[in-house]
Amino acid sequence: MQALLTRLRAFLGVVLLLATPLAGAQLSIEITGAGAPRMPIAVAPFPGEGALGPGITSIVRADLERSGLFRGLEVPPLSPAPTEASTVNYAEWRSRLADALVLGSVAARPDGRYEVRFRLYDVVKQASLGGIAYTLSKEQVRATAHRIADFVYEKLTGEKGVFSTRIAYVVKRGNRFELQIADADGAGEEAALVSFEPIISPAWSPDGRKLAYVSFENKKPVVYVHSLLDGKRSVIANFRGSNSAPAWSPDGSRLAVTLSREGGSQIFLLNADGSSLRRLTSSAAIDTEPRFSGDGQWIYFTSDRGGSPQIYRMPAAGGEPQRVTFEGSYNVTPRLSPDGKTLAYITLNEGKFQVALLDLSNRQVQIITDSDRDESPSFAPNGRMILLATVIGGRGVLSAVSSDGRVKQRLSVTAGDVREPAWGPFTE
Amino acid sequence: MRLVIIATLAAAAAAAGCATTPEQQPPAGVEERAAKPAAPAAVETKPIARVDLTSKPAPGNPLKDPNNILSRRSIYYDFDKFDIKDEFRSLIEAHAKYLRESPGAKMLIQGNADERGSREYNLGLGQRRADSVKRALTLLGAKENQIESVSLGEEKPVCAEHAEDCWAKNRRADMLYSGEY
Repeated sequence: MQALLTRLRAFLGVVLLLATPLAGAQLSIEITGAGAPRMPIAVAPFPGEGALGPGITSIVRADLERSGLFRGLEVPPLSPAPTEASTVNYAEWRSRLADALVLGSVAARPDGRYEVRFRLYDVVKQASLGGIAYTLSKEQVRATAHRIADFVYEKLTGEKGVFSTRIAYVVKRGNRFELQIADADGAGEEAALVSFEPIISPAWSPDGRKLAYVSFENKKPVVYVHSLLDGKRSVIANFRGSNSAPAWSPDGSRLAVTLSREGGSQIFLLNADGSSLRRLTSSAAIDTEPRFSGDGQWIYFTSDRGGSPQIYRMPAAGGEPQRVTFEGSYNVTPRLSPDGKTLAYITLNEGKFQVALLDLSNRQVQIITDSDRDESPSFAPNGRMILLATVIGGRGVLSAVSSDGRVKQRLSVTAGDVREPAWGPFTE
Repeated sequence: MRLVIIATLAAAAAAAGCATTPEQQPPAGVEERAAKPAAPAAVETKPIARVDLTSKPAPGNPLKDPNNILSRRSIYYDFDKFDIKDEFRSLIEAHAKYLRESPGAKMLIQGNADERGSREYNLGLGQRRADSVKRALTLLGAKENQIESVSLGEEKPVCAEHAEDCWAKNRRADMLYSGEY
């Protein structure tokens, strides 16, 4: 196990050259970059999986490959087909160059549901790393495959996987704006809201059940909170003037928003039901794009109080702001990494809007994209990847970049402009 | 405002419905009339009064009269600027005078920005432009409660090309009166 982890750590941050178009997905993901070694893993087809429609093992393999840390090996048809109950012939798998192996099986249950069992092996150390059994309906194949991939990823890397998380984004198709929710791999896209007026700034509640966003359906920006399971929407901030930039406190009890009700654009705090409004900033500048730190102690925000837009932070209870970014004349859209150690933001770098990372401990700045119209960076909940919006060939697309800048993926929708991505939290 | 109109229409519809309820109609029946020679009746036609919303506005509405400065509603800005340029002074003065003389008039100012950079920061830039127009109008005597200034940021561009010509058209504040938004 330790050897496996050590070997894998050596692969962290690799770059790969691989195209993995996902059949049937509205968003297709393309991984770009240059080749480098990844951990070879064999995911043997689960006997019985044909009954489930989309191949559960092919989804597991695609998930692992998309992380940039694994290479899925071709497994030839074996007879008898091995399952999680088989005795593993480690020498044989080693000769197929596998460092890790997933075996499993699918069985129909009398109640019409299915049971998936699987087990993960360290081939080098010749040891089982554990396994799980799930029962599922045919509609839950993708969700189950993502959970298996999360288990494998966590056992082999020591970090939680994000394959079961969801992403939100806005698609503009003609004169329609659609707030879409999809699996982290871009599959299973479902519209939570469709409107003839713009929708911007979606923000997930910490429990992943709600989205706050700004809708222009009333001819001005108004902040809503939208419950994803029942579609119920509530107006959280509709004051005189503009209402925008919602951000959840880590405990989900409060929202920071930008309001112009007292003139200018200033940051206010209110309860998640819209009550108890309190002003936090007091400047003649634009103060906007608030974001809580993970410990709830700070609010990072964009302000042009110093003459150009820069990132500042202030105590979440309000108080004197401190400037955070100093390099460059345009630094906006602060987003803290889940561990709170890194700040991602958009910087104007030689005429290009790009994603920059600021190491908050040593103040080092690194630009991690090579596109030129980047917006709205959003960390995966394990901090490993950053989702962002950019423009390629005149069209808005989503892109993902590893937080060391070395693995890049592009997600594109067949028709329409995609923008405003937000990566959802871990959910149970 | 819209609610008031809907309520009025609903009331009118209800009243019209009442007038034709069966209980209030005269009893039905067939009337026999003797055929009597009579003087030929003159054919009378009454022209229908036409309301055409597609052509010129109702006379007398200065807001819609293309020859009146009040029909102009847009103020344009330089890159990253929100000060009102001299060429728009007379336009602002005309609207301030109108608001002063029509205390019941309400205005919505929508500020806009070009597409470059953060959407939320651009919302702030648009707000700053809308606020600058509101401030100028109130300094010239319009009442604060007559005017709401909001921002559409970069979300409602009138021009979609990714070039300066277009961006200049999108750096704009629009003045809209009640019923126009």
